[in-house]
Amino acid sequence: MATEIKVPNLGESVTEATVARWLKRPGETVARDEPLAELETDKATLELPAPAAGVLSEILAPEGAEVPIGAVLGRIAEGAAPAAPEAPHPAAPEARVPTSPRLRGEGRGEGRQATEADLLARSGPAVRKLVADSGLDIAAIPPSGPGGRVSKADVLTALARPEPAPAPAAEAPIEAPPVEKPPAEREVRVRMTRLRRRIAERLKAAQNTAAMLTTFNEIDMSAAVALRERWRAPFEQKHGVRLGFMSLFVKAAIVALQELPALNAEIDGEDIVYRNHYDIGVAVGAGEGLVVPVVRDADRLSFAEIERTIGEFARKAREGKLSIAELSGGTFTISNGGVYGSLLSTPILNPPQSGILGMHKIERRPVAVGDKVEIRPMMYVALSYDHRLVDGREAVTFLVRVKECIEDPARILFDI
Amino acid sequence: MAERYDVVVIGAGPGGYVAAIRAAQLGLSIACVEDRGSLGGTCLNIGCIPSKALLQSSERLVEAQSVLAEHGVRIGEVALDLATMMARKDRVVGTLTRGVEFLFRKHKVDWLRGRGRIAAPGRVVVDGADGAAREVAARSIVIATGSESVPLPGLDIDEQTVLSSTGALALDHVPQRLAVVGGGYIGLELGSVWRRLGSQVTVVEILDRIVPTMDRELGRALQRVLTRSGIAFKLATRVIGARREGDGLVLDLEGAARESLAADAVLVAIGRRPYTQGLGLEAAGVARDNQGRITVDDGFATNVPGIYAIGDVIRGPMLAHKAEEEGIALAEQLAGQQTRVDYDAIPSVVYTWPEVASVGSSEEELQAAGIAYRTGKFPFTANPRARTNGDTEGFVKILAEEGSDRVLGVHIIGPDAGTLIAEAVLAKEFGASAEDIARTCHAHPTLNEAVKEAALAVAGRAIHI
Repeated sequence: MATEIKVPNLGESVTEATVARWLKRPGETVARDEPLAELETDKATLELPAPAAGVLSEILAPEGAEVPIGAVLGRIAEGAAPAAPEAPHPAAPEARVPTSPRLRGEGRGEGRQATEADLLARSGPAVRKLVADSGLDIAAIPPSGPGGRVSKADVLTALARPEPAPAPAAEAPIEAPPVEKPPAEREVRVRMTRLRRRIAERLKAAQNTAAMLTTFNEIDMSAAVALRERWRAPFEQKHGVRLGFMSLFVKAAIVALQELPALNAEIDGEDIVYRNHYDIGVAVGAGEGLVVPVVRDADRLSFAEIERTIGEFARKAREGKLSIAELSGGTFTISNGGVYGSLLSTPILNPPQSGILGMHKIERRPVAVGDKVEIRPMMYVALSYDHRLVDGREAVTFLVRVKECIEDPARILFDI
Repeated sequence: MAERYDVVVIGAGPGGYVAAIRAAQLGLSIACVEDRGSLGGTCLNIGCIPSKALLQSSERLVEAQSVLAEHGVRIGEVALDLATMMARKDRVVGTLTRGVEFLFRKHKVDWLRGRGRIAAPGRVVVDGADGAAREVAARSIVIATGSESVPLPGLDIDEQTVLSSTGALALDHVPQRLAVVGGGYIGLELGSVWRRLGSQVTVVEILDRIVPTMDRELGRALQRVLTRSGIAFKLATRVIGARREGDGLVLDLEGAARESLAADAVLVAIGRRPYTQGLGLEAAGVARDNQGRITVDDGFATNVPGIYAIGDVIRGPMLAHKAEEEGIALAEQLAGQQTRVDYDAIPSVVYTWPEVASVGSSEEELQAAGIAYRTGKFPFTANPRARTNGDTEGFVKILAEEGSDRVLGVHIIGPDAGTLIAEAVLAKEFGASAEDIARTCHAHPTLNEAVKEAALAVAGRAIHI
């Protein structure tokens, strides 16, 4: 008989938690009350004790998942360990956290500060100074010294690792970092937020893994602008949501993805997984930055439904209420650097996806139309893709298809 | 056009000269203002170094007089040649202060000879001995002017019969009776010197204990040993008057009862105070606290932008090595680094015989703070090397936090305690547990083994006792 592992009541006003880390893997034997996982709330990081002795048979909530109080995280089966089943599918790339104590007590509460202060105190003056100078998080440095002490060599090794990638044009959800120290004379040092660190890790992982390449094209937005001008008022009246360009791009992208399935696929080990569903991550402005929530099954949604979903995401983003589930698991991403005036940029893939379409600012420019020079509202578009599974021909064709659909939206309607 | 420097340091003591050299290493242009004819400040000229030279020489005398025979070394008549002893001390001082001059040249630190005065933030006037004044511009000004002896009202220092530490380091004769006012480390060290050289020494201390800032048990143990060596103590006693009588002085004392103390010389060693006279602090608007110390933040910045202070003129113990650490930290901060000083890991040492050395919290401090701790103690009588040396006085005491076992304080009285404390300071810097020390191999036979045994004793498992 399996025992369910549930999220316990974590105290007043706490309604959900994030699975920070599983301390046990499926197939491992656990004793009753042995720590199974670390749960992170706004207030602290807590260890979740095993409700029963047995074998961790199933993990239902992967690391990073947001879980409400009472949700089932996994199951513990009675008896000895069966042949350890591999986790069927890695939940997310960040699930491969190093099995060092670096994530221990990683929360925003006092526990983490105490751990950090303790680690600093025990790691000696040279390390304290290096950490202060470099702004590294000592808790994130794998320690090699006795008793978990971080040595100077450990810090130097951490410093020698490549820099985190710069934020891509339009997919980095930015959380205002809390300023911990008063500004120093010539520089201000703030700790990376947990979210920022994860973004940095993921973006760098994307660059390290994928054979990333970007191709460009430009779109004459005249038809789309005219279409929007014409239907804006009735659309808003009927559906209660503004008609933007994003729904048009989502639809155009899906037409292109259906023709070029490699861009809606991912590499999993030796296999390529082609997806027949279209979960499109879209850039949404949120205060100081962009977030990229995912519009699920966008191919089955109407223009109005897409706009409404995006509108809802925008509202949640402003209120900071987007859940991690809403922000993860897309099959393709559309980012939009144009919001901030970018004319041209190369987006970074959102792993394990194999493509990301970058929209940019619409600019009135002289272009040759036939044999005449005309002023047209033009937009550059970029497609970054994983060359391991997407060929150049496919990538270029994809962009051409998007271009055709936007320049003549009737093509979407008639699937031409 | 005035010369421009990134940093101008006022004062070339251990804080100032170290800050200057470190700043130069970091590529800053730097000048150091010093009025004294030699560099090194109080420490090198009239403090740590000459006193240690005399302590060493006087210990040699005691050794020749009463220790060597026990070792089977027979020598003839032993006599004191005070002039030679003082000359040797002066040579040691001269060698070391010239060493600092060499270091300044090597690191291209300009020595601006004269008295430094802050004309305004960013501007320092140097008044030379010849009456000429020059002004230099500085992006940052560092005040490192140190401290001076606190005088005792009614006892005007003449450095002949009423001495400050400076005079007590340069007497040309051995006073028959020396009264020492103040039972801190300066009074005890210099009192020890003159006791060994033949004076009758009486230490008068207003508190009920000597070395009052150290762990009480150390003070008691030290007092016992010093009493045995012939120094008399009058504790909880204050000097209420003094009068000249013949070539000497009579001090009126008030303790449990009133009494008078006749002396041929009196050493006033009741403490030191920040030396900021003539610096122009008022005009510049640099704030000081009610003890006259310049107020600074964690980064040694005063309330006036661009003006910093380190060493004895600011809060914290008045110790050369504390000032040096602050000098390094400040120089690195001025170069954009993030150096901090860990004040909990600054050792203090009294260079009597035996030496006394401490780092971290005393038992009294831990009790006052309500911190639970375990004590491990080990006497040098049980340390083989101390036996072979014939120096078995004293003990090592380690205080470790209950539970975590983290070393909170280490207190040593014994041979070479000032050297032995170094491993305890390192342990503090690394937040080591007593067990960390206990599990670190210590060479045999060494005095350091006593530290290891004390660490073992914290867990109740010392081997050799």
